Amino acid sequence: MSKTFTKLGDWLKTNLFSSYANSFVSLVLILLVIWTLPPLLNWLLFSADFAGNTKEACDSGGACWVFIKVRLSQFIYGFYPTSELWRVNLSLIIVALGIFGSLSGKMGPKSWWLIITSTGIPLFVWLFLTGSLFGLTLVETSSWGGLLVTLVISFVGIAFSLPLGIILALARRSSMPVLKVLSTIFIESWRGVPLITVLFMSSVMFPIFLPEGWQIDKLLRALLGVLFFASAYMAEVIRGGLQAIPKGQYEASDALAMSYWQKQRFIILPQALKHVIPGIVNNFIALFKDTTLVSIIGMYDLLGIAKSAQSDPEWLGYTTEGYVFAGFVFWIFCFLMSRYSLSLEKDLTKNTH
Amino acid sequence: MKTCFAPTIWKILGLSLLNLAIFASPALADEKKKKAKVKETSETTPQMNVTLAKVMKNGFITCGVSQGLPGFSNPDAKNNWTGIDVDYCRALAAAVFNDTTKVKFIPTSAKDRFTALQSGEVDLLSRNTTWTLSRDTSLGFDFVGVVYYDGQGFMVNKNLKVTSAKQLDGATVCVTTGTTSELNLADYFQTQNMKYKLVAFENNDETIKAYDSGRCDVITTDQSGLYSVRTKLKNPKDHMVLPEVITKEPLGPAVRHGDHQWADIARWTLFVLLEAEEMNITQANVDQVMKTTKNPAVKRLLGVNETLGGKLGLSKTWAYQVIRGVGNYGELFEKNLGMKSPLKILRGLNSLWNNGGLHYSMPVR
Repeated sequence: MSKTFTKLGDWLKTNLFSSYANSFVSLVLILLVIWTLPPLLNWLLFSADFAGNTKEACDSGGACWVFIKVRLSQFIYGFYPTSELWRVNLSLIIVALGIFGSLSGKMGPKSWWLIITSTGIPLFVWLFLTGSLFGLTLVETSSWGGLLVTLVISFVGIAFSLPLGIILALARRSSMPVLKVLSTIFIESWRGVPLITVLFMSSVMFPIFLPEGWQIDKLLRALLGVLFFASAYMAEVIRGGLQAIPKGQYEASDALAMSYWQKQRFIILPQALKHVIPGIVNNFIALFKDTTLVSIIGMYDLLGIAKSAQSDPEWLGYTTEGYVFAGFVFWIFCFLMSRYSLSLEKDLTKNTH
Repeated sequence: MKTCFAPTIWKILGLSLLNLAIFASPALADEKKKKAKVKETSETTPQMNVTLAKVMKNGFITCGVSQGLPGFSNPDAKNNWTGIDVDYCRALAAAVFNDTTKVKFIPTSAKDRFTALQSGEVDLLSRNTTWTLSRDTSLGFDFVGVVYYDGQGFMVNKNLKVTSAKQLDGATVCVTTGTTSELNLADYFQTQNMKYKLVAFENNDETIKAYDSGRCDVITTDQSGLYSVRTKLKNPKDHMVLPEVITKEPLGPAVRHGDHQWADIARWTLFVLLEAEEMNITQANVDQVMKTTKNPAVKRLLGVNETLGGKLGLSKTWAYQVIRGVGNYGELFEKNLGMKSPLKILRGLNSLWNNGGLHYSMPVR
């Protein structure tokens, strides 16, 4: 027992109180935690309201999680018809399977899964959710909302921006002048405007240019905008990785008489992508969070629906709860992505050494 | 090869960026250009009486509403849209289809609402939009009437014993910065020759918190907003909205310019709601009134023996359908904004003309 105490004392001394200055900083921080944490936890949990279904149930002074509970299905599915929710759930399971398959490698070759996840699954999910095939009830995208919209936009953005980014990056570094110029123009144009401008263009300007009576789905327009925007950034991240590959690698693969695609596939890209995993995941996380901008063009993503819930006359005054909930959900997804990137880095380092 | 190519790249790049800047700038800053563009399209493609036909073909009305404004349009916890702007759309659906459910609500943001109407994505915009000259003309819209007369007002704590905005000399005023409210406030105090101390905040919630904690005596924004602010305060009953309205914000539905038939339908549906209140016809008693009334004006309205609806391209009993479907204006007001709602807004300017308000229906005959 005393041994553990001395151990703890040693640990404290080396890590928190090693010098006067460090001791001072530690004390201040400990005080800060003592000062803020209890009221925060009290608000979040101990004196919060969970039971009940009305505003009247929230009288204890803490957070009113009833507000979230009552609207949970709206936060997740938006206005998707209740009788058709199984379609959303099934789609989420399929997507989760696809992602798991292409990441873990336990269910067959990763590359096959990757191809299916980034081509077949999005297409299937789109048709399945809108119901334009399979004879299902038609559910227009204007009634999608909440986490569903956030996930659809970010999933499509993530799934398509990586391959598109790789192609753009290779084109920009290629020795073919036309390809190079086109890719540079594409990248720099999309990178040169803020995402919000892209979204405005897609929702405000684009319909004006279309002939009378033509309509392209609003969500689809926003999706394409987000996708092109993300792929331009992705291309530059990958180009960074390509530039880090020593010239010798190119020369060696040339010496082996490899074709261009063989060279990229087996020598260059595997190394380049490994270098820039943090950058790629960084882009994914940024993209995931940027999806909240779609509420400016009249779509309800998770944050947008939380905001609209706050303006329900029956539930006025629970702004904080709405934001805390939305923030928490975003944090979970972003944290998962960043943990995955860490484990991926570890895996890849193991393989090379 | 590289050296001779590089300048071309930059030239093309520069050109493309320039192009992009030209295209993108109106979307963000240069509203004027955008409006001009909108106007061009609306002039080159006249839309004579196509909306009703389109609506009939689709079997529903698409109605652009706000993403969330308490009492005006807001999805409730069960995904049903509620609010007076929303109910107006339902009234329109009742007039056209005799079915209040045949309307699809499209949430629009403050920024994309005008394009939504222009591009035909919505058939009508019922989204707390202020009727102004420039919107009526250069945007290519027609406003069909006023659903709610709003305007900037003041709210104070009752213990200040203030009953009029004219007694606010020297007060500390909380306001959200960057809004027109801030400018109107300055104008008002200047014209009244009064002094005030401004406490400005970046967003509404901060402003409300500051007012609630007593950092300022007065909070100002549009009156309808003040009432929803009041429900968020710790003790809503201790606060009152002063009677003065210092700006005019008539909020009404808008349709595309040029389709007069559709504009007429929208306009007269609104008038029917007002006329019904004036004649004391409610959702509950409309059937009975229709059977028993001897009043010729009521008979005309309900289409007992005249076919006014036909002149609009609608059925004979269109007005009856509206009242049967949603009730009269007074009922809609009380349900969504008034005493039966959490907002508890007083009728004030939104009373009928014979009760000292501004709502006046043109004669339905």
